[in-house]
Amino acid sequence: MDFLLTEEHLMAQKMVRDFAQKEVYPTIKEWDRKQQMNPDVLPRMGELGILGINIPMMYGGQGFDYITLALACEELERVDTTLRVVMSVHMGLNSMALLQWGTEEQKQRFLVPQAKGEKYAAFGLTEPNAGSDVAAMTSTARREGDVYILNGEKMWISLATKADNFLVFAKTDTHANPTHAGITAFIVTKDMKGFTAGDIHGKLGVRAGSTGWFAMENVEVPIENRLGEEGEGFYIAMSCLDNGRYTVGAGAVGLIRACLEDSLKYCHERSTFGKEIGKHQLVQQKIAYMQQWYDAGRLLILKTGWMKNMGMRNTRETSMAKWYATDMSVKAALEAIQIHGAYGFSDEYDVERYLRNGKGAVIYEGTSEIHQLMQAGYALGYRVDRPIRCELPAYDPEVWQREAVVS
Amino acid sequence: MHVVVVTKSTPDTAAKVTVDASGKPTWTEAMVINPWDEYAVTEAVLLKEAHKGQATILTVGTEEHNEALKQGLAIGLDQAARVWDDALVGADSLLYAKAVAAAIQKLGNADLVIFGKEFADLGSDVHVYQVARKLGYAVLGSVSKILEIDFSAKTIKVERMLEQGKQIVTSKLPAVIAVLKDINEPKYPSFIGIRKAAKAEIPVWSLADLGLDAGTRQTQVSAYTNPPKIEGEVEIIEGASAAEKAAKLADKLIEAKVI
Ligand SMILES: Cc1cc2nc3c(=O)[nH]c(=O)nc-3n(C[C@H](O)[C@H](O)[C@H](O)COP(=O)(O)OP(=O)(O)OC[C@H]3O[C@@H](n4cnc5c(N)ncnc54)[C@H](O)[C@@H]3O)c2cc1C
Repeated sequence: MDFLLTEEHLMAQKMVRDFAQKEVYPTIKEWDRKQQMNPDVLPRMGELGILGINIPMMYGGQGFDYITLALACEELERVDTTLRVVMSVHMGLNSMALLQWGTEEQKQRFLVPQAKGEKYAAFGLTEPNAGSDVAAMTSTARREGDVYILNGEKMWISLATKADNFLVFAKTDTHANPTHAGITAFIVTKDMKGFTAGDIHGKLGVRAGSTGWFAMENVEVPIENRLGEEGEGFYIAMSCLDNGRYTVGAGAVGLIRACLEDSLKYCHERSTFGKEIGKHQLVQQKIAYMQQWYDAGRLLILKTGWMKNMGMRNTRETSMAKWYATDMSVKAALEAIQIHGAYGFSDEYDVERYLRNGKGAVIYEGTSEIHQLMQAGYALGYRVDRPIRCELPAYDPEVWQREAVVS
Repeated sequence: MHVVVVTKSTPDTAAKVTVDASGKPTWTEAMVINPWDEYAVTEAVLLKEAHKGQATILTVGTEEHNEALKQGLAIGLDQAARVWDDALVGADSLLYAKAVAAAIQKLGNADLVIFGKEFADLGSDVHVYQVARKLGYAVLGSVSKILEIDFSAKTIKVERMLEQGKQIVTSKLPAVIAVLKDINEPKYPSFIGIRKAAKAEIPVWSLADLGLDAGTRQTQVSAYTNPPKIEGEVEIIEGASAAEKAAKLADKLIEAKVI
């Protein structure tokens, strides 16, 4: 057993930290108030290679491992959740699905530009009337010769107005039994006729990001854009969540760290009853808990990262890590606000933003309730993971660092 | 064309440095590349890319200075070298400069040696001039822009930012320059650079490898002490308008001989 991060891990982590702290942090409050995404964020993350961090070099990525992805997510969310959301959808839910399920041709056409940061990617599963209950979706895909005709509306879609490529789930068979067996996955691009998208405003958190909707009205999707087989969509979606949840959990660890670091600073600055507030035992208890949540959350996440590197199935472990880290990040934010007193209640300090941002992560990528059902299901033996046709490839440095052959 | 950046690791500028009971400066945060050297490294990368040359990063110091070297490699410099020898413990700037100059000669000399403005920890730049003197190169401090550089004609034209204003200077190469923040926007390491840096085996040269003898020191640090506590008080300037407040503030500052 080896708990040491490598020098590569540490240097990559520092690079992402420097980017987030220097380029995003100084103006984050303004963008959060404006409810707009800083337009420099996506291009800079692309230029710096962050958008392809753990994709093999032969597919335009940087060839780092899955643990580096988690470290990057922690650093990004330490500054603002919206940065990590980019990694969750662009990388976890979309690019990694292409790596896992895509044909070589699809990888060349979609994964390469995404990993290079030339195209941004998103994930469209949720609908106005279908969230946790994925199989209740009503979007349809009708096969007509060499194309599918897609109709339907997707809602609460991160990067809806920023992404170029969408991984979309729709029913090719509305009478399938079980119902989820009728779902198929497609790659839809924003330039396709009949595709429209918009942002949702008035959200509690992730206000410096983009969350929106898109609608498909008789969108013609060529058959080459179908990911996996007809009827395989539900399994693809669930495997995407194994990766998306990993990034969400890793980010939540960063949010706990943000709460802890800001609280530690304030504990030394603020005095009451003749001593700094860090000297009061009830305040110390909050700090001790935050440290515990951070340490435990980080261990859970890094272990799932290690499992991904090894090519081991990690659905249960990822669910546990995501559930624990996101729940604790909300608690940590509440405690951080409490430590900051009235100042914590104002946007003069960052901690109120942590709470607003953290609350989203106990809803998306499986609500905390869904994760509890999953964990109980595994423990009671009601739920067993079956092998899937395409597993996420194990990390092999030699393969990951092999350069593309230029023909 | 060969450019050499001379660097060291320093405590992060955000680190709280205190002198401990044994009289040694301590801090908890990790070491980082001397912040001024980020500009030097970036300038070297830009030059090497534009002129298809070689760029080396060099330090004189213990293993903790590898941090700065690796950062330089990760940002895009080609090779790194470190000089260390027990005889260098507590070295003064002159001995330091001798070691740097000898290492540059061992590297096969340089067309341009770039330093950051100063060492952020010592707040000193005397070593820049000492290295130039030891090498017999021209020296240009406070460089805010390289306007022209011609490695085959061996000439350089720079803009220097001085208290009195800007100065345009031409010089022959090889030269030693010390650069200011205005010179560029520091680059981040690339992921490919990070991998290269992590794998790099950095040679360590002793004084004997450089054919040097530590000799006797001219200066020696005898003690460190914490700076005296600064006692201050805050005064809020009241006034009906911003202009009135500003006028009052200016009066106070003149009265206190601040301006
Ligand atoms: C900021 C943000 C970004 C998002 N980004 C994306 C995205 O990029 N792509 C995407 O596809 N979706 C996205 N979503 C949608 C998200 O995944 C869904 O909101 C989530 O799956 C929950 O679905 P729902 O909102 O419809 O809630 P519902 O499923 O309607 O749930 C309502 C409540 O009932 C509970 N509940 C439901 N079923 C059960 C049960 N069986 N037992 C116990 N309790 C239950 C839930 O836990 C919840 O508390 C995003 C959401 C947010 C807030």
